[in-house]
Amino acid sequence: MNWLSTILVLATAFLVVFLEATVNGLRHLFGVQVDLLPSLMVYASLSTGLVTVGLLAVCGGLWFDSLSSNPLGISVLPLFLIGFAIQRYRGLILREQTFAQLVLGLAAGAGAPLFTLLLLLNAESQPLIGWFSLWQWLVMSLVGAAFTPFWFRVFDRLTQALSYRPLGETSFRPDRQIKRGKM
Amino acid sequence: MLRRPHYIILGVIILVTLVVLKLPSGTAARLKLAISGLFLPLYGLSGSAHQLSEKAGNTLTPRPELLRKIDELQKENEELRVRAMQAEEIGQENARLRQYLSFPKQVPWKLKLARVVARDPANWWRMMRINVGSRDGVTNNAPVLTAEGLVGRVSEVGYTQSQVVLLGDPDCRVAVKIEETKDNGVIAPSSSSPLDNTLVDVVYLSRGSTLKAGQKVVTSGLGGVFPPGIPVGQIVDFHTIDYGLYNEARLKLEVKMNTLEEVWVKLP
Repeated sequence: MNWLSTILVLATAFLVVFLEATVNGLRHLFGVQVDLLPSLMVYASLSTGLVTVGLLAVCGGLWFDSLSSNPLGISVLPLFLIGFAIQRYRGLILREQTFAQLVLGLAAGAGAPLFTLLLLLNAESQPLIGWFSLWQWLVMSLVGAAFTPFWFRVFDRLTQALSYRPLGETSFRPDRQIKRGKM
Repeated sequence: MLRRPHYIILGVIILVTLVVLKLPSGTAARLKLAISGLFLPLYGLSGSAHQLSEKAGNTLTPRPELLRKIDELQKENEELRVRAMQAEEIGQENARLRQYLSFPKQVPWKLKLARVVARDPANWWRMMRINVGSRDGVTNNAPVLTAEGLVGRVSEVGYTQSQVVLLGDPDCRVAVKIEETKDNGVIAPSSSSPLDNTLVDVVYLSRGSTLKAGQKVVTSGLGGVFPPGIPVGQIVDFHTIDYGLYNEARLKLEVKMNTLEEVWVKLP
């Protein structure tokens, strides 16, 4: 297991949750606060192991709920199920393709809030939902889609910069032929 | 095909989620505070950065602008001092009359200024966090207000930070009255536009109440959480519901919740 990727992903999730609570630019502009954890989960599920996916779901979900009025732990399961589903079919997904990243980001950005709302309604909470929620859902999905390729670029570069470089090929070949002259 | 580690991790996550969701409310609140405490260093950093940028902005403000502002504030100060003098006289008269009638004395409010440090990252709640907590004397359910009117109430208190539920959140019901007619009602989330944070509903207004657009609504003091007389908003429109059993009005809030930066917390 690559702990560097895990640490990087968790540290980013921590920062992302804090910024979602304190930066209000999009909230003032569009009346929506975006959630970047689902798009981060897409990256984690395609590039790291299931343990990292689980850790991101638990830590990210608990951090998010601790700064919100959500019941503690309600965001964990939606995040994990997104990661789990992508992780299961990762062999079929073209990870390097930007289009695949965009589509997965869009699906994750749309699915996570829906599933969280479903759980909230089942938990007998009374979240504020109206027609405007559709607009919020659309913006959250689109921003999630836009951020997914960004995470891939950033983390791939960071991992490349912080981990050992692969050894270059040497000129030695075990099946080399030694030709000797007469002398 | 799922392998054994997949099952184990799936089981662990579901178990953790269920355990955390089923915690008793007191324990869950304490755990929530403990987890949100992890963000305190970041709050400190962001507060310092905010102060620095404010200082930098102040140094860039031109001198004539500053002089004009000082002049304006001096005039406002003079006016407020005259009003305070007048209010003091009225207060003394009020205290004398209360003494004659054996009414209990009114205690002046103790207020604590707080800065808004964060807002709810989820779109379906109206909540914010402020930078005062139990070390500053803040308690649960303390009213939060600005000079314009009521903002909400403290819902959770940490050592250095508190969580405030804003008017219009399902968790913040306030007993109010219409100033002109003295009709009582309760503030509830807006049914027509729940996500518009400038509007709320006043429900359970008696069917005989004479409502008009523009009437001022203030806290009634019923319930004991909010002191009476704090401005809440103005009536926009109203309608009769439940076959004429009672009236419901839409209220435009006095305070602009989106632009709040500093608030006052009423201490006990």
